[in-house]
Amino acid sequence: MSKPLVLDLNNIEVIYNNAVQVLRGLSLQVPRGEIVALLGSNGAGKSTTLKAISKLLALENGELTGGSIRFNDRDTAGLAPHELVRAGLFHVMEGRRVFEDLTVEENLVAATYALNGRGNAKPNFDLVYEYFPRLFERRRGLAGYLSGGEQQMLAIGRALIARPTLILLDEPSLGLAPLLVENIFSIIARINAEQGVSMLLVEQNASVALAVAHTGYIMESGKVVIDGPAEKLAADKDVREFYLGMGHGGEMKSFRDIKHYKRRKRWLS
Amino acid sequence: MDWLYLLEISLAGIGSGGLYALTGLSFVMIYKATKVVNLAIGEMLMLGAYLMFGMASNLGWPVWMAIVAAIIGSGLGGAIVERLAIRPMLGESPISVFMVTVGLSSVMIGLVELIWTADQQRLPEFMPSDPVMLGEAFIPPKLFYGFLVAAALILIALAVFRFWRGGVALRATASDQAAAYSVGINVPRVFSLAWIAAAMIAAIAGIVVGSIGGLSSSMGVFGLSVLVVVIVGGLDSVLGALVAGLGIGLLEALAGGYLGGEYKLLATFSTLILVLMVRPYGLFGTHEIERL
Ligand SMILES: Nc1ncnc2c1ncn2[C@@H]1O[C@H](COP(=O)(O)OP(=O)(O)OP(=O)(O)O)[C@@H](O)[C@H]1O
Ligand SMILES: [Mg+2]
Repeated sequence: MSKPLVLDLNNIEVIYNNAVQVLRGLSLQVPRGEIVALLGSNGAGKSTTLKAISKLLALENGELTGGSIRFNDRDTAGLAPHELVRAGLFHVMEGRRVFEDLTVEENLVAATYALNGRGNAKPNFDLVYEYFPRLFERRRGLAGYLSGGEQQMLAIGRALIARPTLILLDEPSLGLAPLLVENIFSIIARINAEQGVSMLLVEQNASVALAVAHTGYIMESGKVVIDGPAEKLAADKDVREFYLGMGHGGEMKSFRDIKHYKRRKRWLS
Repeated sequence: MDWLYLLEISLAGIGSGGLYALTGLSFVMIYKATKVVNLAIGEMLMLGAYLMFGMASNLGWPVWMAIVAAIIGSGLGGAIVERLAIRPMLGESPISVFMVTVGLSSVMIGLVELIWTADQQRLPEFMPSDPVMLGEAFIPPKLFYGFLVAAALILIALAVFRFWRGGVALRATASDQAAAYSVGINVPRVFSLAWIAAAMIAAIAGIVVGSIGGLSSSMGVFGLSVLVVVIVGGLDSVLGALVAGLGIGLLEALAGGYLGGEYKLLATFSTLILVLMVRPYGLFGTHEIERL
């Protein structure tokens, strides 16, 4: 552990509606400047993890009942969601969540609220349009009329306006054609390298996520089951078989099916 | 056919329609920001008018000062109501929040009767009273100036929605609350500002309505027609409130002028039922609105 951490999750637990426990002692670190991939099957609790970090959990009647979350060496307990955003932690939510009845430009203007209280920080719309020229062409149109890929660009564009130190990205590949997925991910990698933004990237599409990430975590029913450098994970036989769909006929299986993954974890990390 | 009569009635209808539209705007702002169906809208109008009456007639303040003070006072009231009665209820079922606004309206009526009694009162005159002629047609001056005030305020509000960053924040919050938080918008502050602005607009409408028809503790029934306006226009549509406000004002005037005063409400509610049958979410409303 040499690099300073932007984000440090320690044994967090989350319960929805005072009844359903979804996260069971999850720990995870994002070193400054890195992309960390968080992978896992449907319902593993990936989105819940991101919502716990960004505090949007409260809007869904979810609660952090244990563990601690530190962002830039500061415990985030007691901060409101918009305060966290203004402090530099931006959550690009699952399903893109653009403001459909606002124009593309107004969507970006809405994101300038993230700069409130940061003194003279000016929103840089040109930066967004440099990464996504397509958005510039459509800037006066309603966001609801954009294609899925363009909406994903807009969702990431809003994050760029906010000049965050950490972006939480929830399934940017969702519902996009393979070519577009590659395109979006190469831009994600560029933003990370050129803007120095750290990222926590949640994905179903493990192979493309591990291709851009430095580190990877794989979770199952609310905890991390395996973690390590992205190249190692991508090369690991079990990960390849069960998460990259490169086993028998590309079928995805659950990690719960193998008994020895705990042992494997040790030599992997 | 007496064209002049038709013209005069139509102009008067558009005049009162402007006030419906203005009050409808106040309702829509609250609905957009907090998704609250505010049944107390008529009583918010009433309270604004009585505040002005209190300061002008009871305290003897100059009329313009009394108006400004009533508007500011109403804004303050809006902030307090939002913070104490509405915000703790957000997230509860729409019916319970709706019932809170029903309670609020009774509280406001009680307050007015306690301070000013239930008797009719007259606001001091403050609008020019020279007859207004549009060609041959006579327009009651108060209605004319009231319409000008309403039109000016509506234009300002539309400009604010479109061009001011706060307007973008309001529309973003209306569109997707969680996403609004996620881009750094202080959503509770948007709630608060929406209630303040709506209460101030309602106070202005109330002062105009009161100066035309006088004050009484039952003047909140004006809110009934406004509810029809916003339901017809679509609860979350500013454009809908404007179009339906003018339309229903016109309709009521025509029904009253040609069929008799007792047909006004009949015409209004028949329109309501007709629109709801064809478009359950209003003329310009969003589809997924929760129906009460
Ligand atoms: N608001 C909620 N209320 C109750 N339970 C929820 C809520 N949101 C999620 N859950 C439950 O929590 C579990 C984890 O959900 P989560 O959305 O975090 O999974 P995920 O890993 O993001 O899955 P996916 O890949 O399908 O997006 C699921 O079993 C889900 O049913
Ligand atoms: Mg998810």
